[in-house]
This record gives sequence, C-alpha cells and structure tokens, in this order.
Amino acid sequence: MKRYEIKTLGPPKAIREAYGDFLLSVGEDERVVVIDCDLGHSTKAAKFGERYPDRYVEIGIQEQNMMGMAAGLAAVGKIPFTSTFAIFSTGRPWEQIRLSIAYSNFNVKIVATHGGIATGEDGASHQMTEDFALMGAIPGMKVLSPSDYYSALSVLRAVYEYEGYVYIRLVRPKTPTVYPEEFPYSLGEANLIKDGEDVAVIATGIPVHHALKAALDLEKEGVSVAVYDFLSVKPLDEEAVMDAARKRHGVLVVEDHVFWGGLGMAVSSLLARKGISVPLSFVNMGDEFGRSGKYEELYRYYGLDAEGIKARIREMIG
Amino acid sequence: MNPDELKDLKEKALQVRRDIIEMTYRAQSGHQGGALSWVEIGLLLFFKVMNIRREDPFYEDRDRFVLSKGHACATLYSIWSLLGWIDREELWKFRRVDGMLQGHPSRRRTPLAETSTGSLSQGTSVAVGMALGLKMWGKPSRVYALISDAELQEGQTWEAVETAGNKGLDNLTFILDYNGLQIEGDVHEINDPTPIEEKFRAFKWETYRVEDGHDFVQLYEAFTWAKGVKGKPQLIVARTVKGKGISFMENRYEWHSKVLTEDLYRKAMKELGVHL
Ligand SMILES: Cc1ncc(C[n+]2csc(CCOP(=O)(O)OP(=O)(O)O)c2C)c(N)n1
Ligand SMILES: [Mg+2]
Repeated sequence: MKRYEIKTLGPPKAIREAYGDFLLSVGEDERVVVIDCDLGHSTKAAKFGERYPDRYVEIGIQEQNMMGMAAGLAAVGKIPFTSTFAIFSTGRPWEQIRLSIAYSNFNVKIVATHGGIATGEDGASHQMTEDFALMGAIPGMKVLSPSDYYSALSVLRAVYEYEGYVYIRLVRPKTPTVYPEEFPYSLGEANLIKDGEDVAVIATGIPVHHALKAALDLEKEGVSVAVYDFLSVKPLDEEAVMDAARKRHGVLVVEDHVFWGGLGMAVSSLLARKGISVPLSFVNMGDEFGRSGKYEELYRYYGLDAEGIKARIREMIG
Repeated sequence: MNPDELKDLKEKALQVRRDIIEMTYRAQSGHQGGALSWVEIGLLLFFKVMNIRREDPFYEDRDRFVLSKGHACATLYSIWSLLGWIDREELWKFRRVDGMLQGHPSRRRTPLAETSTGSLSQGTSVAVGMALGLKMWGKPSRVYALISDAELQEGQTWEAVETAGNKGLDNLTFILDYNGLQIEGDVHEINDPTPIEEKFRAFKWETYRVEDGHDFVQLYEAFTWAKGVKGKPQLIVARTVKGKGISFMENRYEWHSKVLTEDLYRKAMKELGVHL
C-alpha cells in the first residue's frame, strides 16, 4: 500500500483514452500485438492501429476467436493485447480465457473498456457488472480496475512489464482525474489517497473519485473519512484492508459491480478470516441488472455517486 | 400487394424513419445506420407477413420475431408504437433512466421483445430454439430473425445455422440485413463473410436474394417464397443501405451510431419532410 494525500480532483479525462496512449508508448516493441473485434475506435486501440498497422489485427466480431488467437500469439513470443467491451471480453469468451490462456499459462493482456453500469445508455446488455467475479474466479488471474486516466496508464505499464495473464477493466465516461500524473505501480497494490479517522471507504474504478469527493465534502461537516483506491481487485491488498478496518465506525466498500464475487465480498471474507469484527457496509449493484441511462443519472439512481456515498456514510456514523 | 397497402406501408416507413431520428436525437445516443436499413423489412413483417394479433401481442400461436442485431431496436420500438402496443410517449424516453425502452431489446423490461439481444449473434440460436420447440408442440407458428452481415463473423451464428439445417427447421426464416458495413468499416475488408448463400446452402438451407431490400414488393415476394419452402430453413439476403433515407448517413459507417447535433437533426428531419 502506498500513501498519497489527494486534495482536489483534476479535469475530466476518459480512462479508455489511456489505453490508446499507453499502446502508442510501447508500440516500438515488436512483441506487442493488438487484436480488435470491430470496436477499435471505442476502445481507443485504433490509435495503435494507425501507427502500427502490421501489428494491429482487426478480425471483426469474433471474441472467442480473439482469445484463442491471443493465446497462440503469446505461444510464439508476442505480447497480445485483446481489446473489446468488458461484456464481450469476459462473458462470451470465458472458457477460451480459462483454458487457452490461463490454464496454458500464456502472457495475454485482456483489456476491457466499458466496464460497469458506467457504460450508460446501451443498457444492461452492455453493462458488465459481473467481470470481477468471472475473471477473479480463474486461478492466477489478476484483476485490475484503475480509477482514472493516470492510474490506468500506471497499471497498464505494470501489466506490460509483468509476465503473465491479466484482466484490466476500463470504463467509458470522461471522469475527473484523481492523480496528477502517472506513478510507479506494482501489481496488487492499493493506494490510500486520503486519510481519515471515522470511516474508511474502499473503492475501485470510477467510484473512487466519487468517494474522494464525498470524503472532502464530509470533512467540512466534521466527519473524517479515509479513501482507499483499490486499483487491484485480485490480488487483494490485505495490508490496505487491515489498515481500513481500524476506523471507528467501520468500512464502506463501493464498486460498480454486483455484490456476488466483487470487491465487497472479497473484503468481507478477508476480515472474517482474520477474525476482525468491524461494521461493514456496501454500495454496489446488489443482485440486479442495470438499465439504460446517462452514466451520471445511473450513478445517482443506484447511489454510487458522491451524494449516495455521503448518505451511506452518515448512516454508518448514525 | 394492392396499391393502397403499398401506399400505407410507404407512409409508415417515413414515420418510422422520423421516429428513429427523433428518438436518437432526444437520447443523444443510439444507433441510426442499422435501424434505418431494416425499416421496410420490419414493417412488412409486422403489418403483412407475420401471423400476429394487434389486439393481443402475446397471442399464443403468434409468429415470433427475433431482432438478433439488437442495436437496431429504435425501428422495432417505433413499429410497436404503430401497432398500438406501447404509448408513443415512451419513444421519447428511449435510453433514459426513467423510460422502459432500453438501449438494446430487453425481454425483462419490455416483454414485447421475444428475447433480450444486443450481444451479436445470440439471437440466432434463440430463434433456432424457438423454431425447434414450436415444431415439438406441433404449432403452426413461424420464427423470423433479423441478422446483420457482421454477425456472420461470429462462430455462434454458424453453430445455429448448422443445427437448423440438420434439423430441417422449415418454420425458421433468417433475414440478412446486408448493408455491407459494420462499426469499423466495410465487412468485406474487415473479415469477409462471402460467399454467403453458398455457405448457407452447404448447411442445408434454401436462399433467396432481394436486390433492393427497401422495395416492399421484392421483399414480399421473398417472404411468400419462404413460406412455401418445405423441409429446410430459409435465408433471405436483402441488399440494403445502411442509413437509408438520410443522405448524409447513407453508406457511411460512422453513422452506425453517432450523436445527432441540432443542425444535423433538423437537416435529417427536413429530408423526411418535417420542417421544424
Ligand atoms: C458480441 C458482440 N460484439 C461486439 C458488439 C458491438 N457491436 C455493436 S453493433 C456492431 C457491428 C455492427 O455491424 P452489423 O452487425 O453489420 O450491424 P448493422 O450494419 O446492421 O448495423 C458491433 C461490433 C456487439 N454488440 N456484440
Ligand atoms: Mg452491417
């Protein structure tokens, strides 16, 4: 766990933009190959394709084939990055990921944009809210979930340097930046981005900036809230969870994911295993499908935004 | 088809196109190109070809329609409103948190959708299952599925096609909305699905080509042909124009899905005879 003291949010920048920018930064590495399934301009992988057309493989709508091909490319020394929406990165080709990539132990980077209900108007068919569960269940799979543009760059860099299979969930909307710049990151780490005494919020993905906003607002009401950015859902940064559990009124886990198999369940199970009894609360998609709507409206509707998080924290401190 | 019917369908086609533009403009999101390309196919199915009851959309022996290319649902929702199955006010809440019309067909939120779609090619297998089940029950109902050319890239499509062919599901018709485009460009350049008819025939299907998929008369001949085929499922390949009816959208892959500015919205409506 690293400690930061973030006092303000930066101007909005889309997390998925980090993917295109990152790919360009490693484009000279002949091992890097990017596969696209007819969504390159949405995932931003197309940026790489414009500069390195020979190592950009556009196969159309064939997600299962993409995962199998990625395994094959890795088998002959390439570092394949697969690109499509989170739903088509995990659900459709799950068994290809499990057997061809993970069980075979290939160095494949599964990059998924459009995670969570943040995907918005397309509706539940396109809102992947079960990916932590699906990917986390695969032995050895690392599950990363950056919170802003700069953390996405940092995580992608670490993923590229690491040898092994990884899943990275990125999201669609433009959201305020949490960090001022790219930072050194080792896979598995969480960051404490704001300290506080009363309640700890453990969050992942774009809910992190909502949590930070909530914490900064509550500060003015005399409520002291710590915020942890869980850039890694699996492995879980146990030290960070234990640190969070020391807060007086408990721990709130916030994620754009269903409860089952998500960060909230992972945190609960760790605390139970360590024999630590602390009040726990959760903001997530429960056991529900999302619905169509603008990202901001949906986050309000499901209580995932700063207002929703504040309301829950007030309940926790009674 | 008599001239009155034809005139009525053409008027409806104009109305559906206006609805597609209005809905995607108000939502500031959604898919125009692929919705505009199946307007005539959809209208003919719901108003002439399929055995359905306007007063009872869930009538048990109805023919089933599966919109496998689910992103093109603005057309379907507009047709539902013309059938009187949903309030037209709902159209203006398309894709909104306070509306029921989801960005892709949702059987959960609107049971008028025979199945949820949006993940391409999944509708193909569901349609095969429906056709098989209906046959098991000895029902006269037929199943129609609208598929896209990019869906021919998905493996699942071919699994469905093989099974339907081997089971001889003659109560099943796929209509291919062959507009030649997908999101990133021309389907033939991205991953060429041709020769389409030869492939389907190899899988024991009968095929029929409609040169102009926006011509009601040609389409009607194709559907009449399909009903007459015995022992095999049928594919109707309809050559269509993505973005049909709006000059700046026609055959432009960018208009698969794009936010309509006020200027372009006005321009599109003007082309559809509405002066705002
Ligand atoms: C399995 C799956 N992969 C990717 C997508 C994203 N997507 C939506 S539409 C589309 C392609 C559009 O082209 P086509 O299917 O030919 O539809 P049409 O031209 O009729 O609009 C893609 C890739 C999806 N919906 N489902
Ligand atoms: Mg097409």
